[in-house]
Amino acid sequence: MFLWVIQRDLLLAMRRRFDILTTLFFFVIVVSLFPLGIGPEINILRTIAPGVVWVAALLASMLSLGRIFSNDYLDGTLEQMLISPQSLSLLVLGKALAHWLITGIPLILISPLLGIQYNLPLDAILILALSLLLGTPILSLIGAIGAALTLGLRGGGMLVSLLVLPLYIPVLVFGSGAVEASAGGLGAGAHLSLLGAFLLIALVITPWATASALRISME
Amino acid sequence: MSYNVNLSTIFMLQGINLECMRGDRTLFKNINFSLESGGLMQVRGPNGSGKTSLLRILCGLAPPIYGEILWDTNNIRSLGEKYRNAITYLGHLNGVKDDLTATENLYISSALAGVVITKNKVHEALQQIGLSGRESLPAKVLSQGQRRRITLARLLVCDTALWILDEPLTALDSSAIELLRNLLEQHLKQGGMVVMTTHQEITIAAIKTQQLQLT
Repeated sequence: MFLWVIQRDLLLAMRRRFDILTTLFFFVIVVSLFPLGIGPEINILRTIAPGVVWVAALLASMLSLGRIFSNDYLDGTLEQMLISPQSLSLLVLGKALAHWLITGIPLILISPLLGIQYNLPLDAILILALSLLLGTPILSLIGAIGAALTLGLRGGGMLVSLLVLPLYIPVLVFGSGAVEASAGGLGAGAHLSLLGAFLLIALVITPWATASALRISME
Repeated sequence: MSYNVNLSTIFMLQGINLECMRGDRTLFKNINFSLESGGLMQVRGPNGSGKTSLLRILCGLAPPIYGEILWDTNNIRSLGEKYRNAITYLGHLNGVKDDLTATENLYISSALAGVVITKNKVHEALQQIGLSGRESLPAKVLSQGQRRRITLARLLVCDTALWILDEPLTALDSSAIELLRNLLEQHLKQGGMVVMTTHQEITIAAIKTQQLQLT
């Protein structure tokens, strides 16, 4: 059932490939704007790189949140999900993971290229990709709560950013922290472990919270 | 027919003192009804009288302000998925995905309802509902009535006891209405139950037909 929701969302995304590409290009462009704005000072760029990439990933993930539920809401599929005999939490988890596969994975794959653009050393690039791998699923999971709460509201897009961005802060701190720590020779282990712990907690709590939020929004 | 309602079990749906509010306006209150296997309930009333709200309450999508709904004397809130396994709800939104084909749409919507069906059965149902030759077209190129037919095809493949239909006749032509009427009569004859709203006159043979008038 769970796999089936993921499969369905991926199929829908494949029919609208443009949507995936816009998120990815947004990410690449935001990251590329900083060197243009700040100037080609290699040391400064190298210091800000992890933060810049992570903030851009946060924004890219957030911009695509609306798509998790809004289409299903508008065409009535979401109603059917709520009265489905299947567990709503599981359905929601499937949808959040599909969102991650569609928006998160492309970001992770392109991040080494952006790391090179900022002249990061190889091991820092690896840590960056690894931290994104652990962190971006959390963004999709937390974001799903915000998307569910703002469902059907006018101007929900702005509201969702106000709701969700503060919750993204720990992920940002430890995600970019991991890269900085490894660049500073401290080792990224602690930061990555914490990210992993966040991910596990999010996996357990957010589907339930999202399902409750959906039930409230749909009443 | 491709579904089978368990005839040996008699089901009962009861609404007790239901009240519904939208904002600070009371849509209806003190609504009581009782519907048994083989029974048809037609909900009538002018626009804005709360027909859709009542059906959403019956599905468990929204709680009533006051009162309760009993399924075999148990509150549907406490039954949870056991109750959701017994109903099929077709709202006025079709639940049809524009980017998917008729086949994919039917397959997905029935999987969501907990029924995984074979390709053959999908094909058969779409043919029966009058969509043969259009199975592999994306739903966005189909007409409103054809999209409605995709939704109705779910009734052919589900095996639930209670059908809750919100304006099922909208956008349907006369042949589709006839098809739906036969489908409903067969369902009722087999001991199923139907709650529906409609503005059009339609006569459906049932053991017991009742009208619920909302004002």
